[in-house]
Amino acid sequence: MWKNTELNYGRITKILHWFTALTVFSLFALGFWMVDLTYYSQWYKTAPYWHKSIGILLFLATLFRLIWRATNVSPKALASHTKWEKIGSKIAHLAIYVLLLTLMISGYLISTADERAIEVFTWFEVPALGELFDDQADISGVIHEYLAYTLIAISLLHAVAAIKHHIIDKDDTLKRMI
Amino acid sequence: MKKFLIASALLTTSLIAPSHAANYTIDNKGAHASINFKASHMGFSVLTGRFNKLSGTFSYDEANIAASKITVNIDTSSIDSNHAERDKHVRSDDFLDVNKFATAKFVSTKVEDKGNGKLAITGDFTLHGITKSLVIDAVKVGEGDDPWGGYRLGFSGTAKVAMGDFGFKTNFGTVDLDLYIEGIRK
Repeated sequence: MWKNTELNYGRITKILHWFTALTVFSLFALGFWMVDLTYYSQWYKTAPYWHKSIGILLFLATLFRLIWRATNVSPKALASHTKWEKIGSKIAHLAIYVLLLTLMISGYLISTADERAIEVFTWFEVPALGELFDDQADISGVIHEYLAYTLIAISLLHAVAAIKHHIIDKDDTLKRMI
Repeated sequence: MKKFLIASALLTTSLIAPSHAANYTIDNKGAHASINFKASHMGFSVLTGRFNKLSGTFSYDEANIAASKITVNIDTSSIDSNHAERDKHVRSDDFLDVNKFATAKFVSTKVEDKGNGKLAITGDFTLHGITKSLVIDAVKVGEGDDPWGGYRLGFSGTAKVAMGDFGFKTNFGTVDLDLYIEGIRK
């Protein structure tokens, strides 16, 4: 089944979810590592190039994901979930979406402060809007860093919660996404 | 006799004419001053850039050049090499560490007249929290009334900075500075 139903997530949603999870953790690791590369490292140019290219692709995937989510039914929370679990998971999901988008926007603002476009592999370029505010590259860099740590923390919480449902509550919460 | 008197009068006047040690403010508002740098890009070519924000004052006396003085403050975070990502890296603690060392400064200690409008300006140059002596070879470019009611005086200068002296993580060689300083008389 490709589309969501009231009971289950469809294939498209699952693919988008797991693709995003894999990409976010990969980009985090790549970003964490690449900021300390020295100028003389052979990765000094390649690592940011991949980080930016993959980030832009994830942005496109996220836009599609939001459209897909808005135009599909969302499976109802399991009846066994408590009220605070339902509210808590809603807040966490919303936070993850907001963090994803702000993280991508802040990343875009670092690299485009000098009006240079972002090249996505050799496929296409995302044009720059230039310097929208003073010290754009530095301020966006700091914001990008803290948003990344926050996103990873909330994603881990999200994962721990799913595992808790699977192992302790023994319900279908995690299975529905697989 | 008459001629002699006139000649003596003129001579006396010129001798007692007050020397004009005028003070000038560097025209950063009109951006008629720039500090440009050149650095080797791994021996392949030369990278150029500049510091967009600077301020300072100088005094200059044509009749007593040795009494001239100049102070220049450079906002290190204003480095501009026409590449946001590179500038961000240069501002980081790998290089200029601008959060800790927001200002670089040059304060002259000695000005020598080399003739023909040429000057050798020795001073204390502070960068990355370390102060070293630096000599700027300067040339007076021009002076006079501007069309807007002010009086201007300008110099160009060059200096070589041995970056290894300033305690950076990486010694990125010698950086050439090209300076163009125009002041408006106070």
